[in-house]
Amino acid sequence: MSQTLNYILLIAGMLFSLTSTAALLIWVERRMLALWQDRCGPNRAGPLGLLIVAADTLKLFFKEDWIPPFADRKIFVLAPAIIAATVLLSFAVIPFAPEILIADLNIGLLFFLAMSSLGVYSIVLGGWASNNKYALLGALRGASQMISYEVFMGLSLMGVVMLTGSFRLTDIVMAQQDYWFVLTQPIGFVLFLIAGIAETHRLPFDIPEAESELVAGFHSEYSGMKFGMFFIGEYLGITLISAMVVTLFFGGWLGPVLPPILWFTLKTTGFILLFILLRASLPRPRYDQLMEYGWKILLPLSLINLLVTGAIFLFTS
Amino acid sequence: MNTDASLIAALYAEFGGNIGSSSSRPVNATLQADSPDFQDHLIGKNMLQVFTSPQILLRLLSYLKRSVSNPFLFLYDLTAIDERSRAANSQNAVEKVDFTLVYHLYSYSRHTFIRVKVPLYGAYPHLPSICSLWQNANWYEREVYDLFGIGFDGHPNLRRILMPLTWEGHPLRKEHPARATDMGPFKLTDEKQEKEQESLMFKPEDWGLERQRSDVDYMFLNLGPQHPGTHGVLCIMLQLEGEEIVNAIPDIGFHHRGAEKMGERQSWHTYIPYTDRIDYLGGVMNNLAYLLAVEELAGISVPKRVEVIRIMLCELFRIASHLVWYGTFAQDLGQLSPVFYMFTDREKIFDIIEAICGARMHPNWFRIGGLAQDLPQGWDSLVRTFVEYFPARLKEYEAMVLRNSIFKARTVGIGIYTLEEAIEWGVTGAGLRACGMAYDFRKSRPYSGYENFEFDIPTGQNGDCYDRALVRVEEMNQSLRIVKQCLENMPEGSYKSDHPLTTPPLKKNTMQDIETLITHFLQVSWGPVIPQGEAMSCIEAAKGANSYYLISDGNTSAYRVRIRTPSFPHMQMLPYISQGYTVSDLLSILGSMDYVLADIDR
Repeated sequence: MSQTLNYILLIAGMLFSLTSTAALLIWVERRMLALWQDRCGPNRAGPLGLLIVAADTLKLFFKEDWIPPFADRKIFVLAPAIIAATVLLSFAVIPFAPEILIADLNIGLLFFLAMSSLGVYSIVLGGWASNNKYALLGALRGASQMISYEVFMGLSLMGVVMLTGSFRLTDIVMAQQDYWFVLTQPIGFVLFLIAGIAETHRLPFDIPEAESELVAGFHSEYSGMKFGMFFIGEYLGITLISAMVVTLFFGGWLGPVLPPILWFTLKTTGFILLFILLRASLPRPRYDQLMEYGWKILLPLSLINLLVTGAIFLFTS
Repeated sequence: MNTDASLIAALYAEFGGNIGSSSSRPVNATLQADSPDFQDHLIGKNMLQVFTSPQILLRLLSYLKRSVSNPFLFLYDLTAIDERSRAANSQNAVEKVDFTLVYHLYSYSRHTFIRVKVPLYGAYPHLPSICSLWQNANWYEREVYDLFGIGFDGHPNLRRILMPLTWEGHPLRKEHPARATDMGPFKLTDEKQEKEQESLMFKPEDWGLERQRSDVDYMFLNLGPQHPGTHGVLCIMLQLEGEEIVNAIPDIGFHHRGAEKMGERQSWHTYIPYTDRIDYLGGVMNNLAYLLAVEELAGISVPKRVEVIRIMLCELFRIASHLVWYGTFAQDLGQLSPVFYMFTDREKIFDIIEAICGARMHPNWFRIGGLAQDLPQGWDSLVRTFVEYFPARLKEYEAMVLRNSIFKARTVGIGIYTLEEAIEWGVTGAGLRACGMAYDFRKSRPYSGYENFEFDIPTGQNGDCYDRALVRVEEMNQSLRIVKQCLENMPEGSYKSDHPLTTPPLKKNTMQDIETLITHFLQVSWGPVIPQGEAMSCIEAAKGANSYYLISDGNTSAYRVRIRTPSFPHMQMLPYISQGYTVSDLLSILGSMDYVLADIDR
């Protein structure tokens, strides 16, 4: 009985901390961007402007929850829920620390890949249901981008799986006690990071929304909390990819002196900041250039990586 | 001068009595062509002027474009004048002229203009279109049709361009009211609303677009007028096949404020602030273009100090304008940060401008015959600080933007046009120089003392978006050189000319001499009376060649103000250079064009 209660508490706590992380990221991103762009950023509401998070959230809740009359109502409402749900579900398999883990699945990695593939439905359905040409173009771009980048996202992780011999994420973390996988799988790491950025469609891979071209792309017609869901989905996505990078390549919670959860948080924060820094510094490639880059360079590279890892693995064992 | 005289002689040899030096001659076929006196065709310092009739027009223009040596390849401007209430109109004309069509052609090898005038008779006259001769005549003729109601026979698409399709009347005609208060109260009846709504319906056929071709259904995407990528209220109707642009039709006029019409009711002096808002990033550079024409009409030559101060401020504004372009161009391509750094630097320029002029973007600081004030104490240290600070920043930006490989991938080989196409479409400024032609009106037709400064004309080779960017960036370095020379060689002297038409006039004599006091009083209360005549300035503005063609009939305000802006022909070229590219490339092309909507629509 107490175990079940613990379990429920853990899930509730995780949900709460994840959503508040996503909300806090609004502030983090705006302040960091401002720092790098010689501006102040939000600094008025509360200490260091932290209450901007509350202000933004309240604003989103109180905005009129408008559904365009020309939209496909049911799907229009469903789409933002999908992105938030799939990303949150993925967190279930991530080992934050030895005892803070919801589901220690033996196919944890596959579960993560499956969930992130489902995320594309959110973009496609949102763009389609909006019945708006900009949204549709964004959805088309999003669908093709995510499908092509998922292909080598999975492949880039197979090296790690090979070295560990398991899809279970705790096993992967424990296998990094001697050295982090980023040392033996540097190409795998870079490929996964790039695929991860594309997966969360952040600059320079924000082609589905590309505000100077498509206004806001697939979520042009969204407002209020439905827009907020897309937003939370995006920030949760960043957190998820950062957490995955840490788990798979940077030893997860492992580290000396400090408690495991702190190590995990520190490493993840580092990658979240990298995401924001990328947004501050890079322009956006063209849609077809991005696809070309994915299929002609990254996919072959991930296959070669897999081949070499496999060969070395066979040779040494 | 000699070549100009021989040109006039050649024209008489070819066209005989069909051309003339005033409106009375060509229209009456029975008149014999008297000996072609070159001086009659020379207006001002170096403007040739020829009158002809609609029947001869096409032959004459085609002769000037194709057959003369050092031909006039560039249709610089095309506009009209409503002559019906011009005070000087009836003086020597046989028949009273109602409208005059004015064609300004430019020869890049002669560095001269020729103005061809066609007198027209009747309330709604029409004449042959010259779209077959020049691609860029299309929009100019539509503009004349829209604003004057003059028809062009053989024009492919003669519809309104600046005014709403439902507009009644043609605003630049003299009978059209200039103020809303002259028009009676506005009433929006149901019927009228219906009509307006109806006219807003998008029908591809009206735009010259077909809905489908054999196996493709095209998608029409309405980009703008509210769109983050168009830098203002510009609408582009895109005909798409997937993301590929089949055709892109710009719809302009959303920013039209009737700047030319306002020139007809403002006094010569009070029109200056309106010019600030034409290319609103160019600030005092607009003042200069306007004042050069006014001063030519008034016969004022300004002191050396005024010239150098004007140049210094213009070049500072050129840098400021280019910085806005630089940052927003990077932002159009998804790079978020540069625009903030560049606006911060632009702010540093505005600090100098503000210290000198008291205002930032629209200083309204140049005056007829001089400046509003002298330079303030300590201006030199402000300018020096900036001149020393800025080159390092430019280097940093180059590393950040121009050398970025994604930036290159987005701009190299995109939106290409050749030099011939650029001239045919009337491209000026950085867009022309990016095609490899080192042409700059500051060098070839120096004004305001530019001949005394050392600077280079940067050029590109490929005429693509990247080269246009390179040219503009190098232009900032050159502007900095000019500012430095101004700083080191600022002449002493008055900030105003001693001429009686200087506005506001010098006050030093008014306390001794009643005549001067009266002039001063009138000049300040009514504004100056500029002598009859016509003059056109031509300056190298930040975005290309900018001109004010002013006509005075000896009054306190202009009879007609024509503003030739560089952005107008540049935007006209958009369909031609964006076909076959993708929507993303369209944003690169628009960004590299460096236009502002106020400069297109006026």
